[in-house]
Amino acid sequence: MIAEAGHYALVLALALALIQSTLPILGSRWRDAALMNVARSTAIAQLMFVAVSFAALITLHVSSDFSVVNVFENSHSMKPLIYKITGVWGNHEGSMLLWVSILALFGGLVAMFGNNLPLSLRAHVLAVQAWVASAFYLFILITSNPFLRIANPPIEGRDLNPVLQDIGLAVHPPMLYLGYVGFSISFSFAVAALIEGRIDAAWARWVRPWTLVAWIFLTLGIAMGSYWAYYELGWGGWWFWDPVENASLMPWLAGTALLHSLVVMEKRNALKVWTILLSILAFSLSLLGTFLVRSGVLTSVHAFATDPTRGVFILLILCIFIGGSLSLYAWRASALKQGGLFAPISREGALVLNNLFLTSACATVLVGTLYPLALEVITGDKISVGAPFFNLTFGPLFLPLMIAVPFGPLLAWKRGDLLGAAQRLIGAGVAALIAVATVWAWTLGGSTFAPLAIGLAVFVIVGALSDLAERIGLFRVPLGTALQRAGGLPRSSWGTVFAHAGVGIALIGIVCETTWNSEYIGSMKPADVARIAGYELKLDGVRSSQGPNYREMIAQFSVRSDGRLLDTMTPSKRNFTTRGSTTTEAALLTRGVSQLYISLGDIADDGRIAVRIYHKPLVLLIWFGPVLMALGGMLSLSDRRLRVGAPKPAKSMRGLQAAE
Amino acid sequence: MTRKQRRLTIIGGSLAVLAVAAALVLNAMRDSIVFFSTPAMVMEKHVQPGKRFRLGGLVQPGSLVRGDNLAVTFQVADGRASLPVSYKGLLPDLFREGQGVVAEGALDPSGVFKADTVLAKHDENYMPKDVADALKKQGLWKEEYGARRNDGARSETGSGASRAAQGAPQTGQGAMR
Repeated sequence: MIAEAGHYALVLALALALIQSTLPILGSRWRDAALMNVARSTAIAQLMFVAVSFAALITLHVSSDFSVVNVFENSHSMKPLIYKITGVWGNHEGSMLLWVSILALFGGLVAMFGNNLPLSLRAHVLAVQAWVASAFYLFILITSNPFLRIANPPIEGRDLNPVLQDIGLAVHPPMLYLGYVGFSISFSFAVAALIEGRIDAAWARWVRPWTLVAWIFLTLGIAMGSYWAYYELGWGGWWFWDPVENASLMPWLAGTALLHSLVVMEKRNALKVWTILLSILAFSLSLLGTFLVRSGVLTSVHAFATDPTRGVFILLILCIFIGGSLSLYAWRASALKQGGLFAPISREGALVLNNLFLTSACATVLVGTLYPLALEVITGDKISVGAPFFNLTFGPLFLPLMIAVPFGPLLAWKRGDLLGAAQRLIGAGVAALIAVATVWAWTLGGSTFAPLAIGLAVFVIVGALSDLAERIGLFRVPLGTALQRAGGLPRSSWGTVFAHAGVGIALIGIVCETTWNSEYIGSMKPADVARIAGYELKLDGVRSSQGPNYREMIAQFSVRSDGRLLDTMTPSKRNFTTRGSTTTEAALLTRGVSQLYISLGDIADDGRIAVRIYHKPLVLLIWFGPVLMALGGMLSLSDRRLRVGAPKPAKSMRGLQAAE
Repeated sequence: MTRKQRRLTIIGGSLAVLAVAAALVLNAMRDSIVFFSTPAMVMEKHVQPGKRFRLGGLVQPGSLVRGDNLAVTFQVADGRASLPVSYKGLLPDLFREGQGVVAEGALDPSGVFKADTVLAKHDENYMPKDVADALKKQGLWKEEYGARRNDGARSETGSGASRAAQGAPQTGQGAMR
């Protein structure tokens, strides 16, 4: 009954989406406000029905109704409640349902909070949103229906993939999807602007908060996923340049570029055509990511052929939306008036440079991700493009970008003074040189690249801070006045400082972890001691225990430093009986922002156990950086100017024009 | 500067950056991509010692020898040829004799494949997709390789679940180094 209700609600949502994708456009053609307002009600109703459908699937999973294929294949009655819930999106069908739920959520939010949008713009935006939604409802209903029943219901389910039985699954996919799908709003706004043939600074003001929300979630989602992979997979790696990861990195790069170009458009009414293109690209890359991950094309192009309907269907959606929006762009973009002249050396120029490097970096990731697929289709050769490729392409492109980051905020709009900006960055430059010298002296004879990279990171961080100091007149005016000014500074300026500093902090973490990471691999028997980076880890013993749906072998290590007992660490190996598979649960010990990391291998016949121990210096900074960036985004979002619903352009714009 | 000059500056700058990006990509393509071979393909093509590639095949039953300090040797076979592989380190959770494996490394002058990475990039069917495809292409595929857990509705379930939500870690994604 519940499954059928969920299925039915999804069909109703599709019907509503179809209405929403046509009537408002006709309304705008005929200048019929009532028809245009249909979009608002349907978007909210659609959200309600999808929510019902999603709730139905959660209920089925929680109540372990194994007469539903999706529940049977991915759940088990003994599974802890939290994983019964998160298991809903731990599989193809459920995660697609989450995808459309979030799409409907964003549509509903625009409908609810978009009261100040011009009526026809809102109608168009929601209609475009409904096109995307209709396509994906059809996809779910035709190829990936999570509500299908089994004729002879089994008694027990096949359990969720053990790797996914982790709290990471509760947080990472929803966040990532909020980011991915959030870009659909900027996409819809861009397509709506193209259809209407009208775009102004106010448009950027409406789009920016939505883009910012999507970007914040995507940033956190990627960072979370990276940390999850780091502790769950037991390799101690945090980024593998795996196509699945690249699929989330590409929209992030395009989205970051979009955030910056929206600033130019909002402040200076320039770069309109480019901004529209970026909005389209950011969401296209999200769709591409969905295709890459969901079609199975990544494991092999042949896997694609084993279940062709899904892959072909998403490919079709991909072609229609990317092809359609880009054609519309080619057709209508010239109609958009260009505005706002600026010199190459200016704030706008710096932001253009930022966009250039981000999109080029994004393009190299795209090439690296798709090239193996293309080659396999064309020549049949199987190749793998791994970390070396991306280090050689992505790295060199990010380097100049990082050098440019501190200059941007210090340049004036329209025409900047590069020399002046450089003078104000002398402090940051000196700090960077000191950092290079210190690190180099400290690690004499080591890598020469690492101290330079750390110097660059320090330059970015101190550069961001000196921009702040410059703005509030620190050291020039009395401290009280400076603090007062700091309080009065727009939140978006604070956002810039935090986000840019976050980039530098992440870079320090990345460089330190990759350069000075130390590793111990060996087989140990109880009472053996491993020494790594000044720590002594003694294997106290091995015991086994029984979890809710697995058996566990736990090794206990006591960690000493200078003979003093610090803590015990208990890495384990879990054996999940239902699927007959094993997972490695690494143990982590955090010291400051560095970590000790132990993962277990096999037990040999003589009772020795294979062990990998890592010491990862400053590794946590890799994820603190993105958290700081997201914090910067949130600060920026809370800026009065950008508050959703703040801009009142239709009137004030007219007022301005009258005054001119 | 006139409007035209400004525009040219920006376009010129963009082209320069794009050219740099293209050059980087081409350069990296030449040096840092790794091809996939099976033992039979290695024999046919006479791969040079020292050239990195990925070796895929089945771990020959009974060939796994564990040496001192986590050194292991085993034979990788594809039904027509087999190749000795040596590796030092922890083997992935899913490593089994008689099952598929992908190793990355290079041949040494004596013809032993020195692996620095053993990948466990496959699902619970114990068969990496690359290996399965290669075996099928050579007509050496046996149904029981994939049949291990295909008792349920669809054979695709396993990979579907391990791919799970986008960006989520997959079974054995990554490498043992």
